[in-house]
Amino acid sequence: MATILRTCAATLLILLIWQGIIWATDLPKFLLPSPVQVITALWANKESVAWHSMVTGSEVVIGLVLGAALGAITAIQLAASPMARYFVKPILVLTQALPVFALAPILTLWLGYGLWSKIVMAVLIIYFPVASAFFDGLMRTQPGWMDLGRVMGARPHKLLWRIRIPAAIPALGSGLRLAAVYAPIGAVIGEWVGASQGLGYLMLLANGRVKTDLMFAALLVLAVLTLVLHRGVGVLVDRLQARYS
Amino acid sequence: MTAPSISFSGAASVDGQGVFAPLDLLCPAGKWTCLLGPSGVGKTTILRLIAGLPTGVSFRGMINASDHQVIANRVAYMAQTDLLLPWRDVFANITLGSALRGERVDQARADQLIDRLGLGPHRHKRPAQLSGGQRQRVALARTLMEDRPIVLLDEPFSALDARLRAELQELFAAELQDATVLMVTHDPAEAARLGDAIWVLHETGLHSVAPPDGPAIRPIDGAETLSTQARLLQMLREPA
Repeated sequence: MATILRTCAATLLILLIWQGIIWATDLPKFLLPSPVQVITALWANKESVAWHSMVTGSEVVIGLVLGAALGAITAIQLAASPMARYFVKPILVLTQALPVFALAPILTLWLGYGLWSKIVMAVLIIYFPVASAFFDGLMRTQPGWMDLGRVMGARPHKLLWRIRIPAAIPALGSGLRLAAVYAPIGAVIGEWVGASQGLGYLMLLANGRVKTDLMFAALLVLAVLTLVLHRGVGVLVDRLQARYS
Repeated sequence: MTAPSISFSGAASVDGQGVFAPLDLLCPAGKWTCLLGPSGVGKTTILRLIAGLPTGVSFRGMINASDHQVIANRVAYMAQTDLLLPWRDVFANITLGSALRGERVDQARADQLIDRLGLGPHRHKRPAQLSGGQRQRVALARTLMEDRPIVLLDEPFSALDARLRAELQELFAAELQDATVLMVTHDPAEAARLGDAIWVLHETGLHSVAPPDGPAIRPIDGAETLSTQARLLQMLREPA
């Protein structure tokens, strides 16, 4: 309750400062629309904004699920096999030297203007944080548990599934939290590079037509979308972490 | 399943630096052997070598069971911490061994152990909801569930307060009567109370000490127990 109150107070303060700047400087509407103008634009375009939000939302959610799954599978493979660690890990680290955003035009070239180029963009951004957080967790199992398992005669795959993976769930959770924040960035960048729908597309469109108020409205919706996603994943992760620690 | 005696003889080193010099340690069959010594002389290393766990030392020597069979798959192991898995409840922790080997859980045996160790009311609790003494009881139940003839204990009571320690020593002694037990400890009182055979490991080597008369577990305030305890403490402080 206190958190909600504080968030409301902070939001109100920002809105006041925003409106204050407009009153003080008399900036034209196409540079900085007032909060009321943004809300009006949002209401006037509610059907189209809702549709574009749906598009971006599904890109983000599908990207998040796929990216998290791929990241987790990679981490498990790496943890299970010293061979894989030896050969694959350097490659994985090397690929991180590549700015993923720079791949967006290529993804659009290969996958077209539809959903998939954005989903893959989100997957690429999420993949590494999830894989690396989970992998670190898997490699840091409490040595005593491993000793106990070995003395009990557990085979490596049983140790992995019964001890190492459950023990690394909290680490996976930290990776997922990061992923929830990164995924919308990936999708929107994908939309900027080439799309015919989605909030990123709407922002570019509004910008090109000097409908700055609509651009701000799209940005606002994007922020809300990211917050909701972050909260949702946060609740899920909290449950997982409570279950496994 | 009768418990074999275990003989350990050899030396260990790390990068040419000796961890312990050549020594001969005997754990009599079906008895409690206490290995006492200051920190860092290699007590735990000996225990881990017998258990077949990684130690990071190079060991030259022999570890044999009197029945000439492999030791590693007949060992149960308990460490200083209870090593309970926080996501498994008491029952699931006790039956961890079967889960890890992919075997069927012997429900009846687990239930019997839970009752005998007074863990009935805690059966479905997670380790975080238990006290230190209860957790160590669960760890004992997990060890007994394994039903191994050789039991290796690495300072299992060192994290407990004095009252719980005495109580659990009695419980362990009663429950592990038939096994060949090797317990590493740094507590002279514990060794004097529980040891059928007592060894003191020092930088200078391994020394056998005659245990007090009378069968373990001995009364804390017995004259013999107290004098042995004093002698052991003296040996720890001033190497022979």
